[in-house]
Amino acid sequence: MSIREENPRPRPHVTAYIVTVGAYALLLLPLLAVLSYSFMEPVVGAGATTWRLSLVWYDRLFHNEAIAKTLVTSLQVASCATLVATFIGVAGAIALERGNFPGRRLLVTLTMVPLVMPELVMGLASLIWFSLQGLELGIHTLIMGHATFALAYVITIVRARLANFDGSLEEAAADLGATPGVVFRKITLPIIAPAVGAGAMMAFTLSFDDFLISFFTAGVDSDTLPMRLYSMIRFGLNREIYALSSMLILVTTLGIVVSYRLRRV
Amino acid sequence: MTKRSGILALPLMLWLVWFLVMPIAFVLIYSLLQRGSYGEIIWTLTFDNYLRALDPLYFQIFVKSLLLTSLTTILCLALGLPLAYTIATAAKRWRPLLISLLMLPFLTNFIVRVYAIRLILGGEGPINAVLVASGLVSNPVIMTDSLFAVAVGMLANYLPFMTLPIYVVLEKMDFSLLEAAADLGARRLVVLTRVILPISMPGIMSGTLLVFVPVLGEYMIPDLLGGAKTMLLGNLITEQFLKVRDWPFGAALAMLLILVMLASFALQRLIGGKGGRLVHP
Repeated sequence: MSIREENPRPRPHVTAYIVTVGAYALLLLPLLAVLSYSFMEPVVGAGATTWRLSLVWYDRLFHNEAIAKTLVTSLQVASCATLVATFIGVAGAIALERGNFPGRRLLVTLTMVPLVMPELVMGLASLIWFSLQGLELGIHTLIMGHATFALAYVITIVRARLANFDGSLEEAAADLGATPGVVFRKITLPIIAPAVGAGAMMAFTLSFDDFLISFFTAGVDSDTLPMRLYSMIRFGLNREIYALSSMLILVTTLGIVVSYRLRRV
Repeated sequence: MTKRSGILALPLMLWLVWFLVMPIAFVLIYSLLQRGSYGEIIWTLTFDNYLRALDPLYFQIFVKSLLLTSLTTILCLALGLPLAYTIATAAKRWRPLLISLLMLPFLTNFIVRVYAIRLILGGEGPINAVLVASGLVSNPVIMTDSLFAVAVGMLANYLPFMTLPIYVVLEKMDFSLLEAAADLGARRLVVLTRVILPISMPGIMSGTLLVFVPVLGEYMIPDLLGGAKTMLLGNLITEQFLKVRDWPFGAALAMLLILVMLASFALQRLIGGKGGRLVHP
């Protein structure tokens, strides 16, 4: 963001305003609808159905053990995938941004692949690969699948941060006799810390939210929360879905807010 | 630093080769193999899976998916450009809020978003509540389980992917160009087609890539909004893997998806030169 004042910008045509209002309605109203339906309980009376305010769906949700189990699976998978993606990703980002080694350009392209490849293809490719090795599907295959796409985001975010600082600080420290370990701890890490946090947060959110890759790589007993949500929606009307969806909306919103705060630092 | 950096890249390289390159290489290999009668893999080379994909039964699904994807992309552009322009011309202090509101659904759980669209269009939803209450219709109009619902779902879910890259370009645009054009007598439409559109082009191309390829491979939206009758490419592929257990045919169909993806990137390179930087949160 530049500090200087910006010239006033022209007002858009009225059609642009109409489209804008319509677009925001399309994006936000469905989420608001889910939030409000989560607090309403139908009362079947003599005439038409009426609704009253109620927390009954939240109550049922919190007593649903099947959901609690999938929540635990999701948290385990997301934590492990985030840990793997952050360690490999941060090391990789430093190497790609500061280093110059054979195959660097190819590696840059490879890290971009999960960002552009349809999730469906990533999922089925992993399924083929795991089954070819005779791996039994379960939490570990979920972690491997998730870490792979989470890596791409960690690297992109950390590289962007590194690109804003040239390597001269690190070089100066090294010239003054700091060992590589000291350079990393005292210079590089403090510089990239906010980006590492933001990248890890992003990795966690993406892993926690993922459905399609999990759909392909989960085992019999390792359903994640989004998978559970999907089968609840797929097989019958169940108003706990509103409550669960609302909780997910709130959690993600919170995650995004924190991630953005960290990146602004 | 240089030598050490190579070592730092080693885990990344190994991980990506093992969990990305190898799996995708085996999609290609599987697409050339045969399926046994129990769903097992027979290791003989054949092009049968690709020939089968051209069978009218499957090819019409591919064509239908391409048409719906094109429609979605055009609609995203038609809404995304004015939307991005409005945000870019809004007062500076409002822009971060407008962008956050755009990103909120973009980063909310995908299934929740699709489900929310289903709620809005469904018999119990607010639209029907208004329609019935106002007496316009006596019974709720069920709009889900249709291609229409799929299109609405695609538009609502992918609009931010088109809008953000265009916004990034327009935000940095020199707006005095518009005044200059107007001073020289250009009408509004001419300003749009001769100034705004060409400047937005890198963003439009990034946005098109971010919308077109994922929409073509979309599974969830057709599945939850299209009903049993709507079969699109993503569902067809998923079915081959998880229901029919014909992995070689599924792999061949997935290769079509990969080919379309590569073709759109090549096309972008060809017409756009450097094009727009891919923009993501």
